[in-house]
Parts: sequence; C-alpha cells; structure tokens
Amino acid sequence: MKPFEYVRADDATQAVAMVAERPNARFLGGGTNLVDHMKLGLVEPELLVDVTALPFNRVEPLPDGGVRIGAAVRNSDLAANPLVRQNYPVLAAALLSGASGQLRNLATTGGNLVQRTRCPYFQTLYTPCNKREPGSGCSAITGHNREHAILGASQACVATHPSDMAVALTALGATVRVLGPAGERVVPIGELNRLPGDEPHQDTTLNHGELITAVDLPALPLAKRSAYYKVRDRASYAFAQVSAAIAVDIHSGVVRDVRVALGGVAHKPWRAHRAEALLRGAPATEDVFRAAADAELAEAKPLSDNGFKVPMVRNTLVSVLRRLAREH
Amino acid sequence: MSIGIPVERMDGRAKVTGTAPYAYEHQVADPLYLHLIQSTIARGQVTAIDVAAAEALPGVAAVLTHHTAPRLAPDAPAEFRALQSGEIVHHGQVIAGVVAESPHIARHAAGLVRVTYDARPHDVRLRADHPDLYTPDMVAIGAPADSATGDTHAALASAPFRIDQTYTTSAMFHSPIEPHATTAIWADDLTVYEASQGVHDFTALLAQALGFPADRIRVIAPHVGGAFGSKGLARPHAVLAALASRMTGGRAVKVALTRRQMFALTNHRPATVQRVQLGADADGRLTALVHDAILSTARYEEYVEWVATSSRNMYATPNRRTTHRAVRLDVQMPAPMRAPGEAQGHFATESAMDELATAIGMDPIELRIRNEPSADADTGLPWSSRNLVECLRLGAQRFGWAGRGRRREGDWLIGTGVAAATLPTWFKLISVAYGPSHAAVEHVGNGRYLVSTGASDAGTGARTALSQIAADALSVPLSDVDLELGDNALPRAMLAAGSMGTMVWGSAIVAAAGEFRRLHGTDPRPGARAEGAMTGNPHTERVTIDSFHAVFAEAAVHAETGEIRVPRLLGVFDIGRVVNPRTARSQLIGGMTMGLSMALHESAAVDQHVGAVVNNDFAGYHIATHADVADIDAVWLDKPDPYANEMGIRPAGENGVIGVAAAVANAVNHATGVRIRDLPITPDKLVVSRFAR
Ligand SMILES: Cc1cc2nc3c(=O)[nH]c(=O)nc-3n(C[C@H](O)[C@H](O)[C@H](O)COP(=O)(O)OP(=O)(O)OC[C@H]3O[C@@H](n4cnc5c(N)ncnc54)[C@H](O)[C@@H]3O)c2cc1C
Ligand code: SF4
Repeated sequence: MKPFEYVRADDATQAVAMVAERPNARFLGGGTNLVDHMKLGLVEPELLVDVTALPFNRVEPLPDGGVRIGAAVRNSDLAANPLVRQNYPVLAAALLSGASGQLRNLATTGGNLVQRTRCPYFQTLYTPCNKREPGSGCSAITGHNREHAILGASQACVATHPSDMAVALTALGATVRVLGPAGERVVPIGELNRLPGDEPHQDTTLNHGELITAVDLPALPLAKRSAYYKVRDRASYAFAQVSAAIAVDIHSGVVRDVRVALGGVAHKPWRAHRAEALLRGAPATEDVFRAAADAELAEAKPLSDNGFKVPMVRNTLVSVLRRLAREH
Repeated sequence: MSIGIPVERMDGRAKVTGTAPYAYEHQVADPLYLHLIQSTIARGQVTAIDVAAAEALPGVAAVLTHHTAPRLAPDAPAEFRALQSGEIVHHGQVIAGVVAESPHIARHAAGLVRVTYDARPHDVRLRADHPDLYTPDMVAIGAPADSATGDTHAALASAPFRIDQTYTTSAMFHSPIEPHATTAIWADDLTVYEASQGVHDFTALLAQALGFPADRIRVIAPHVGGAFGSKGLARPHAVLAALASRMTGGRAVKVALTRRQMFALTNHRPATVQRVQLGADADGRLTALVHDAILSTARYEEYVEWVATSSRNMYATPNRRTTHRAVRLDVQMPAPMRAPGEAQGHFATESAMDELATAIGMDPIELRIRNEPSADADTGLPWSSRNLVECLRLGAQRFGWAGRGRRREGDWLIGTGVAAATLPTWFKLISVAYGPSHAAVEHVGNGRYLVSTGASDAGTGARTALSQIAADALSVPLSDVDLELGDNALPRAMLAAGSMGTMVWGSAIVAAAGEFRRLHGTDPRPGARAEGAMTGNPHTERVTIDSFHAVFAEAAVHAETGEIRVPRLLGVFDIGRVVNPRTARSQLIGGMTMGLSMALHESAAVDQHVGAVVNNDFAGYHIATHADVADIDAVWLDKPDPYANEMGIRPAGENGVIGVAAAVANAVNHATGVRIRDLPITPDKLVVSRFAR
C-alpha cells in the first residue's frame, strides 16, 4: 500500500476542514473496511484523519425519549448498551449478528454506515466494475452474483449494502447528524445510502468532507418488541444472504403499527414500505404476513445466481412476524 | 509404556506463547522482503512489464521478472519454474516479484509495476459434457484410471432397485492458518527456513529447480502451521526467495504469501462430477456398482486425483466398474488436500448408498452390513483387519441411532444420517515415490537419548507421538527422550502424507532403537549412536491394510430459511493402535470439522469470464466457524493392526474428513426429504426446494 499521512483529530471542525480541503483525504474510523481497501489498492488516500478520539463516543438519552449514538461508538459497546438493549433490541441483535467480536470491537457507528459493498469484483482491481471505475461495466451481472441485489438495482450495478446495523437503523427510522464545511445537517437514514442508478460509484448522499457525528433514534415504543433475523451461509461471521429487522405493535389481533427493513437485497438497507402499508391495520395472520411479503417482493428482479433470495426473504419475513405476533 | 497415554503436546506451550518460530519468523540478520506479483489473466503472454517506477522507489533492492530472474533447470517441475518465460498458464501465476528493505515498501512497489498481456481464450470450468474429457494413463496414486469386473449393464438392467445419480463437489482450498512462507539465505551454500511438510523432499525439488547440489542446501522447518497437503512441494515463492537472495548478494530474503495469493498459488482440491449407479436386490445386496468420476486437471501439468478407487473394494458386488475422466483446464494444478479423492468420492457413493437404503426401505446401517466384503475385491487379498461393521454398530449405540425418527423443534426440522468410509494405506508409494524413512538414536549421557528424524510436524502432534514411540522402543521413560525433526541435516524421512507420518517415521525410530540396543546394549556409553530405517511393509503382498470408519450426523434445517446446523457429529474409527489419544482425537475431530466445512461451506466461486476463483478471501470463501461445530466426538476401536507395523498403528488423521459430507447430506435428507447432491449444502439450495413454502 502507498504511504500516507495520519492525523488523530481532536476537534470535529478541524477534522472536517482537513478532509474537505484535500480530495484524497479520508476519515478513519476503526479502519476495518478502509484499511482493507488500502491494502487491496482500491483507495490510496494521502491523508487519514482518525475520528475515533473525537468526543462522539457516548450513547445518551434525548429529551424526547429517543437516544443519540455518537459516531465513534464501537459496535460492541453499542450492542451492550442498556438503553439500546431495552428499547431497541433489534439494533443490539443486528450489531451482534455482524462480523466477529474482534471486528465489532473496532468498528464504529459512523464507519459501519458507510462501509462499502463486498461485491468481489469491486474488491478486485482488474475486473470491470462501475462502482470502482465508472463506465468500465459490471462484472457481477454476467458473473458470480449469488450475494447480489434483487430490489432497486440498475443495469449499472447490482451490489448490496453489507451492514446489519444499518438495516436495524432503517427500520427504526433513525436520523444521521452530519457536520460539513458549511455546518451541520440532518439526513434521514433512508436518504443516506443511495440506489445505484447510473452512478453506482456514489454509495451515499454525503459530500466529500462531511463527517457523521451521531445517529439519533426516535422514541419508538413499538421497538421494544422488535427482532433481527439474519440468514447466512454459516452460523456466524458471514454477511447476510438476507436479513430482516422488524418492530411490530399488535393489539387484539390487529397490527397497529409496524416497521420492516430488509438487508442483503439492495444497494441500501431496504425499508419495506409496501409490506408495512399492507400490514398496518390488518389482522395479524399468516395470510396477511405472506401477502405483505409478496407485495414487497412484487418487483424483485433476481439475477442468474440469486433467485433463492425471493423465497428466502418471503419466508424470513413471515417467520419473524409470526414469532413476534406469538410473543404479544 | 508411553504409547496410549494422552501426553500433552510438547510444543504446545511454545506455540501458544508465540515463541515457536515459523518459517517467516526465524531471526536472520538484515533481511530483505519479497512481494510477489500475479497475473490477472488466465492464459496468454506477458508482452511488456514496466518496472521503472518500482525500481525507482527508495528501499527497493531488486525487481524480478522473466527477463531478470536467473535461469532454472529446464527439467524442473512446471510448478517451480517461476519467471522463466512470459507465458501465462493460470490466473494468479507469479509474473514478477519485488525485493525491498521492508514488506511495506515491497508491496507498495509491487503496485507500481505495470504489465501488459496478450490474452488468449481460457477455460476454467469443469463440465460433465466437456468435449476435451480424456482418460488418463493413471490416477495420481499410481492406480489404473478404470476398472471393470462382471457385466454392470446387465446387472443394472435387471436390478429390482436401482440408483443412478450425479453428485458434484466444489474445488476447495487447503487454507492452513500459517501462510506459505520462506526465509532464504543463499550466500555460498543455501539455507532455507520453509513451511514444509517434508524437508527432504523439498530439498530434492529445490535442488533440481535451482540446479544446485542438494547437499549444499539446508532446510529447516521445526514448526509448520498446518499444511493439509499444500506444503508438500517446493513452490514458486520458495524458489524465488532463493533466487532473490542470490541476486542481492546473499542477503536473507523473506516472503509470506497473502491469504488472497494462497488461493491462486498453493493448489486446491479438484472439483468433481461423479455419476454413481447402484443396483440391488430386495435383500439389499449390491448386484452392480458403477462409479464414474470426472475431474479437472491443469493444462500445463497433469494431476488426476483418485476419486473412484475406494469403490473398487469398499463393498462386495459381482459387477463393478469405476472410471476417471479428466479435462485439462487453464487453472493451477490441483494437488492432494487432506483425504484427497476419498473425500469427494465417498460423498458420492455414501450418498448413493443412503438413497438406495431409502429406495429399498432398509436401514442404511443394515444395507452397509449386508454388503460387507470378505476380501479386497481389487487385489483379491484379505484385509489385515477390517472392523467397519463394529464401527457402525458401536456408533449406532453411542449415537442413539435405533428408532431414528425425524422430528421438528420449533422452526427446525431434525434428522440423522450415517456414512461409512475407508482410507487406504499407500505403503507401495514408499518404494515408488516417498522413499525410505530413517531415524537415529544417540545416547547423550546419564540415560538421556536424542532421537532424530527428518520428519515434519505440521501441527499434528507428530513430535509428541514420535517421542512416545521412541520411549517405548528404548524402554525408557518419556522424560528421558529428546526428539529432533524438521531439518534436512537429520536422517532422511518421507514427507507427511497419506496420514502415514507417525506410522512410517515411528517404524524408523523403532528400527533405530532396536539397532541401538543390539549394538550398544542397555548400558551404552555417552555418544553411542545407531540408525534404522523403514523401507516398506513386507505384508502388502499378502494383506490389504486399510483404515475404516463410520460417521453419524444429526442435522437441523430451518423450515423457512433453509439454514443448516449440525448439532451432533460422531465418528467411530478403526485405525489400529492409537499412540496418543489426545493428539489423535484432535486430528480426528479436526478432520471431521474439515468434513463439515466441506459439507456446508467451502465453495469456490469460479468466474469463467475472469478465469479465476473470485471469492478469494475468508469473507467470501467460508470455512466452518466455531459456531458451526457443536457436539463433535471421535472414538476408536483400539484394535492394533499386527500387519501395519510393530506398533500396530494405521493411518489416522485423514479418516476424520472422509465420511462427514455424506453423513450430513444423508441427515439433511432425513430431516427434510430433500436430497442435495451438490456440495456444499447451503441454505439457498434448500429454500428453493419443495419442503420450504
Ligand atoms: C471479515 C469481515 C466480516 C464482516 N462481517 C460483517 C457482517 O456480517 N455484518 C456487518 O454489518 N458488517 C460486517 N463487516 C464490516 C464491518 O462492520 C465494517 O468494516 C465496519 O463496521 C466499518 O467500521 P469502521 O469504523 O471500521 O470503518 P472504517 O473502515 O474506519 O471506515 C469505513 C468508511 O467510513 C468512513 N468513515 C469512518 N468514520 C466516518 C464518519 N464518522 N463519518 C463519515 N465517514 C466515516 C471512512 O472514511 C471509510 O470510507 C465485516 C468486516 C470484515 C472485515
Ligand atoms: S455489482 Fe456493482 S460493485 Fe459489483 S461489479 Fe457490478 S458495478 Fe461493481
């Protein structure tokens, strides 16, 4: 890998300024994704600004009953946080299903959100990949695409977003606080990551030099009854083939409110709005669950190797909803 | 007696405290570091290679390309003839190397080298209908490619029960925890610290490739962090480390492959397509057995694995045919990986036996017992000792096989499966390939003995087991024995292969100890010394000496998602006497874990367009994790085999791998009614099957 400068930032505004003014500078969180990419030669930053020592390492209650998660909070610490475990079990479960203990001890909330796809062609310098090298083509569409997207993909890119945590945050309707050279802004989680469209090289809507400082979780009583289920090729330490984050409030056999997000199916964590719409106000029955899953999957476009994801998503949604309904 | 005692690994403490030196870690003065550059095409020619930017980088000592690398012997095996021409024969082939003052500089400089190719069309995909399938002269173990007795066509046509299915297995990668690594110093003589399964065989290959006298090459490998067959040969990285040392005035050069590089440069278990046809009468007696194996080899060097050979003697049947067909692809040469051939072959045949049991409506253990042969049908010889039926019966009892019913626990469907297996002993390869093994015994004084052999401990515990054998052979306490291995200055010994190490090296030690006592008696002077050798097995003309085992698996399949877990795995082994129950158990459950990994996880994503395996890291190429291994146990019959050797021990380690994949597939079938004939058994294959809604 190419030699680079390293700075440990102790002031957020300065960190932003340092990265913003150099196109080839990057923020460094736990480094579990970025450093791998540097070793592979995918990115060759001149400057790394380490943001883990910034004062964003706390999980605090918000006055409205929500919770603020600092961007430097490690995945392990977040999963173990009592507020999170009690009020947002789906988030703790999603975190603990990801990566390995060692990786979670390093990975940060900010870094996890903007980690890049695991598409093998993206990670290989010499294979065509529109995300790595715009206009070069997509090797996955005609190649190995078992792990790839079935929803919201484009002719340019069929990659998936790898994060488990982000799927839970998407179900919870979190907001992301961002500090840029021009000041602070707030991005709804659903607008942080993009669908690939014609510009798959743009993973997110963040501008260069914009720093994630925190993630806010809204007060969401129904999240107390929430679950994350991840289907993967082995019992641990594997990315999701398919995952579902679900929170539901059922009263007298009727779904009063529900949040559903899916992982492993799209270029971003996929909020299942259609399924939610069908479920809300409907009886909490197996048939309804199935119809909701089918509605969400109506526009699924499987590739040569990943047709299995359609039944896998459907069955996962139904079985998690069934389980949550039983617990009511 | 030391044999039979579960002595703790003698190098365990050094290993867990990080003080046992591996090949890359030996302290040498002022080393340079080599980083290899690999081809990004699968077939063609390097037309230009621009090293100017790399050479200009401060700290770079040399850049090796096919233009600058010293010439190697033209008759060296193709695998080692690195950088001798610009021809590309497989993706990931070494096409250059950078030597620098630090590994970081070397890697940075490697990224600055620009290569242009003239690419030619390649083919890397094994297909059963490949137009270029051919019949090899032999399979790699020296057996004929085909065998036939009786009339299989007629027998199959008239059989009341018939199975005709095709089974496929993926290419697999050895993936030892220690990467392939070399530290080489070539001043006058050449000294090499190498991650090697056999220091003497390695020396011979290196000497041949370099055209340098073997007696001026010292190879040292006290510790090897796993090998599984992938560290048996000299490889381009070792050859190039030596050349780089020579090119830089004899400075030490270190090289360690990255994990990604290992996927292209350290060989693999070949993928297979196997058709198995079984015919049986209503009593379950096999009237015909046909096992046709198709597998890949490399275009530039042939290695055709023996996939169907154990079908030649595993079961009794009057009509039998086995065949091997291979296709030369533009891939790196496949090579033996723990339980080569047997692992893939048994998946097919033992799955088919289970399918036959279901078709007949017979208990699968009973079916196997009915087909137990009285002699080795391949040679006509009796077995030295074959206790497979006892393995099956004991296993059934311990596992709770009787009354096996499939059941459901919550979302999980649970079933059980069994497989039987055999592992041959390749004694005859001692005369044709491995060569004799030697050992020496020396009395160093005060009743202490130094036992030495150029054997290798690839993490198996050989060092410990051989010390136990030596103590008993000398009739002294274990604490009076010091054992040296892993150095070609020690008496010549074969590489660790075919699970024969402990047995063969142990025999050499027993011979040396006997010779020592004959020459020097029981009260020897300090410095008294004797050597002994193991040159072959005198009984192989009269008996067949094979190992056997039975594996029992419980599988749980998620009824909605198709996820598979294996809550219980039991192996019962007929492997002769066990020298050290602790290290043997660890070998066997380690092997079973590898078998489980083969059953459920290990899958090479071959991209025909790229010409390579594209899931070439541990996030993409899955190996079983701790969470995948639940209740796993290995037991053995403890029946010494008097024909195998003085100790009564038979090959052990690789047995663990062989039966597991079929046992798991059979258990998945029992749980779900779905038969997966294509390894690995992953959730996608089950979720699309009819059991899942
Ligand atoms: C083998 C392996 C298995 C894994 N398995 C899983 C899994 O199963 N599930 C899963 O969800 N994840 C998995 N991961 C991914 C892991 O979760 C991510 O690597 C990790 O979350 C990234 O966080 P980090 O802090 O290390 O990010 P870094 O590597 O430091 O940074 C990643 C990116 O984020 C940017 N960045 C960092 N902090 C900020 C910030 N505050 N604001 C803006 N940009 C920022 C960096 O510039 C960089 O571009 C796995 C990783 C590995 C290596
Ligand atoms: S799916 Fe996207 S990331 Fe993968 S090769 Fe295609 S463009 Fe690149």
